[in-house]
Amino acid sequence: METSYSFNTLAATENGNPLYWDADLADQLTGGPTMPASTLSLWMRPHRWEPGATQEQLALRVHFDLKELFGLPEAIMSDNTLVFYEPVRPGDVISHHQVLRSVSEVKTTKLGRGRFWVIDVEYHNQNGDLVGVESYTGFGYQRISSRTTGEATR
Amino acid sequence: MSSADGAGTAHQVTLEQASLGTALPTLCHEVSATTVVLGALASRDWRPMHHDYKFATERNGTADIFLNTPNLAAWLERYITDWTGPRGRIGRMTFRIRDSVYPGDTMVFDGTVSSIETDEAGCGWVGLDVSVSVGERLCCTCSARVAIPTDCADNPWARRGDDWRP
Repeated sequence: METSYSFNTLAATENGNPLYWDADLADQLTGGPTMPASTLSLWMRPHRWEPGATQEQLALRVHFDLKELFGLPEAIMSDNTLVFYEPVRPGDVISHHQVLRSVSEVKTTKLGRGRFWVIDVEYHNQNGDLVGVESYTGFGYQRISSRTTGEATR
Repeated sequence: MSSADGAGTAHQVTLEQASLGTALPTLCHEVSATTVVLGALASRDWRPMHHDYKFATERNGTADIFLNTPNLAAWLERYITDWTGPRGRIGRMTFRIRDSVYPGDTMVFDGTVSSIETDEAGCGWVGLDVSVSVGERLCCTCSARVAIPTDCADNPWARRGDDWRP
């Protein structure tokens, strides 16, 4: 865990929660510094580039694989659930794996024609403790209108 | 600028003080292009619709670049813990993005206490219904399950293993 991302996130949201800014309070309440819970998805997101990379590094690989598999160029994320277990601490080494929970039949919505899918991402720390689970509902589709809203084209 | 300053005074809500229907203080925040880009980079979201106006408008067909999902989650966390204080520990958040938030928008966060319970392990929980609106547009709805101290001596962060049931 890179501490700088904690402060980047706190600064981006002007979050002054003293749990993250006051080391003595963090020690008293949680036994040391922790990362803001909502940074969970950050820990599966690679840097934009790394030595030897030949293409853009993508998070949520299963999602992009499904888009390619079904030939659906556009996608939105409609629902997210985040469940938090053991606190994540600076210096932790977090691993994750993605689980495809479901893929729907072909559906037509106002955005286009495509499929819904649900992907869970489970995160564990270096001790094997579960630190969190994210569940994404995505809709991959072919466009039928020119204007979209939300997390389009992911 | 936010209407709440996020200065992080260590106030603390306890379960004894919570009641059904309690309204959380409204948070207003004026969104700029910097807000969107800062949030996207903080969450390692390099997709161009969060920093490239031309891509967002011409490729995506959206009105402008827009807030990304992980950053919206971070704003929801900030809004919730502004109310709970530092002992508040979020167990679960489920949210749905209904419309985009663009530069020039003023995000308005509102919330109410929708449930109160103490689980079998003795942990106090509140359910919160939170919304994010821009003018008449409802942009996001969120349900959160948040542990708050049952009294002044309790600390939800001390719970581990089976004592933590998010």
